Amino acid sequence: MNPSTQAAAGIKTGYQYGFHDEEKLVFKSRKGLDERVVEQISHMKEEPSWMRDKRLEAYRIFKSKPMPAWGDTEFLNAIDFDDIYYYLKPTEKIEGRWEDVPESIKNTFEKIGIPEAERKFLAGVTAQYDSEAVYHRINEELKKQGVIFTDMDTALKEYPDVVKRYFGTIIPSSDNKFAALNTAVWSGGSFVYVPKGAQVAMPLQAYFRINAQKAGQFERTLIIAEEGSKVHYIEGCTAPTYAADSLHSAVVELIAMPGSHIRYTTIQNLSNNVYNLVTKRAIAREDAIVEWVDGNLGSKLTMKYPAVYLVGKGARGDILSCALAGEGQHQDAGAKLIFAAPHTSGTIISKSISKDGGRASYRGLVKVHPQAHDVKVNVRCDALLLDEMSRSDTYPTMEIDSKRVRVEHEASVSKIGEEQLFYLMSRGLKEQEAVTMIVNGFFDQFARELPLEYSVELNRLIQLEMEGSVG
Amino acid sequence: MPALLEIENLHVAVKGRPILKGVSLKIQKGEIHALMGPNGSGKSTLSYAVMGHPRYEVTDGKILIEGRDITALPPFERARLGIFLGFQYPMSLPGVSVANFIRTAMKSVKGAEAGIRDFRKTLREKMSLLEMDEKFATRYVNDGFSGGEKKRLEILQMACLAPKLAVLDETDSGLDIDALRVVASGIMKTAGPENGILLVTHYQRILDYVKPHFVHVFKDGRIAESGGPEMALELEKKGYAWLEEKAVAAEAAS
Repeated sequence: MNPSTQAAAGIKTGYQYGFHDEEKLVFKSRKGLDERVVEQISHMKEEPSWMRDKRLEAYRIFKSKPMPAWGDTEFLNAIDFDDIYYYLKPTEKIEGRWEDVPESIKNTFEKIGIPEAERKFLAGVTAQYDSEAVYHRINEELKKQGVIFTDMDTALKEYPDVVKRYFGTIIPSSDNKFAALNTAVWSGGSFVYVPKGAQVAMPLQAYFRINAQKAGQFERTLIIAEEGSKVHYIEGCTAPTYAADSLHSAVVELIAMPGSHIRYTTIQNLSNNVYNLVTKRAIAREDAIVEWVDGNLGSKLTMKYPAVYLVGKGARGDILSCALAGEGQHQDAGAKLIFAAPHTSGTIISKSISKDGGRASYRGLVKVHPQAHDVKVNVRCDALLLDEMSRSDTYPTMEIDSKRVRVEHEASVSKIGEEQLFYLMSRGLKEQEAVTMIVNGFFDQFARELPLEYSVELNRLIQLEMEGSVG
Repeated sequence: MPALLEIENLHVAVKGRPILKGVSLKIQKGEIHALMGPNGSGKSTLSYAVMGHPRYEVTDGKILIEGRDITALPPFERARLGIFLGFQYPMSLPGVSVANFIRTAMKSVKGAEAGIRDFRKTLREKMSLLEMDEKFATRYVNDGFSGGEKKRLEILQMACLAPKLAVLDETDSGLDIDALRVVASGIMKTAGPENGILLVTHYQRILDYVKPHFVHVFKDGRIAESGGPEMALELEKKGYAWLEEKAVAAEAAS
């Protein structure tokens, strides 16, 4: 069998984005990871030596750190790091114009709706195809404002000083095993720099996609918002379905300087064999606002806890997440707010749905350091169970070491009731339509925060997930 | 011409316990029927059974709509045949707006989607008839609604869906006099020569506004007495105990 028929044979049905293109790779590293592979990646990318050294150091940390002993250890220990390709380079160079993008790659984008998205409201697109950005454009408006929006590899070449100054400062390699792995083998991801006072009116979007079988996706994203600036970055993530498990382990660092405002929106719809182990962290300085809007659909195991470190007086951090866990899936998602300055505030809203035996966990941390007085924090977790086989857990941790802190925590677990279904069915809806309406309603608070096109897409994804889930 | 609604010797049990014990009732197009009776007499059970609630098991008898036996149909198919149930305790649907809910219901019941403009126009018209603020359309269905708001929303749905047969289960309960007047006028606007209404109520009050052609008194899972609108007034004056006495007297005379 040639590789593509082999892959086709492995495609599971039922996942709408399970199409795949024949791989046209210029370079593919061998399976597994050692120092040679790390060096090779750095060499292929013609990186400065400091980055190569950083990668090697991270690789050693990755090797030395044990697997986390919390979360879903059963799933975690099933990951075979030797059975993964860590670097794939699909085309020779980054394309600047849509017309120049190779046809097969374009087809993939067509299927996930990229050109439409662009026509409608794009400020600039960085679409990541496997490990390199192949299509990338910034509109003139952004350039005029001095905003940099590019892929991380290009940023390292063109703005090495800025990258060197901030890379890994929020999430060092030593933070956790998967952050170390990402630092060792990272490829692609977005780099955004918003200069002082610049207001980016339209969301910057990137659409990530894991294509090659057993490809790890280790994108690295860094967003810096200078004083008084504002930016909204949005990404979707879709992986086609293959029989072999793959690993998605990204690192996202946000730096919000005084008075700036960063919103980072993700809608993830990974196929059900992907391990999704992502570290996302932001630092908010004086009077800065950071918002994480994080939607998790699909994947086999997701462990993701977007964090905001509030280090400047008056800073605010808001984290809104939703998760849908279906058969064989575990969404272990949550949020962290670390208060290290006075007069700071934050909210965490988590919405999760479990169905068909799926498992959704909320894992959260609220920590208030002694110097942080007059802090306000509000945590709300709502879980909806669609059947008896499914599971929902909450693991909220609160460490309050300061006075004058107002903490509100609310949690609810509900089930779809027979009476609710009957009410909807008496209005002409079939049972499945009724369930979908209740589920969409449950996520409404989340969907309202998305640009219209994304909320429509989210509704459609939920509808697909719901099909056939009611007997 | 078959009756709009025909209920034949209907027996209904909930969790094996018999509640309805042989109900027969015919409603023709253009008629308004009031079904009265004390609490616990089975009035609401009849409403639910007509709509097809899965927990209400029909153990004998049938329900026909325009001659078609619907006894075994699921609720959504009954809705699509033009049956509407106004709930005594409508459920809340957090995150689902009134406008979205009604639009989805209209699409499901009528099988075709109205354009968003036409829909908005219809909704606005019906809402103003019911003296509802426009903001109402963006609120979540019954989420944090007062009792009166919930009942208004039921009537709004009925007005938009324009059913052939509307069963209104205690739509008047918990309403102040102004809300009662608005709700009653909404019912009267839906009533017409082509449809029928079954008004289930404990009190005579709403019948001052909605004039029924027939009044039935429900007792122990059966219709104990049927008559014209004057019977409602008599019930109001004498209470349900009057029926009891009447039954005893009838038994003594036989």
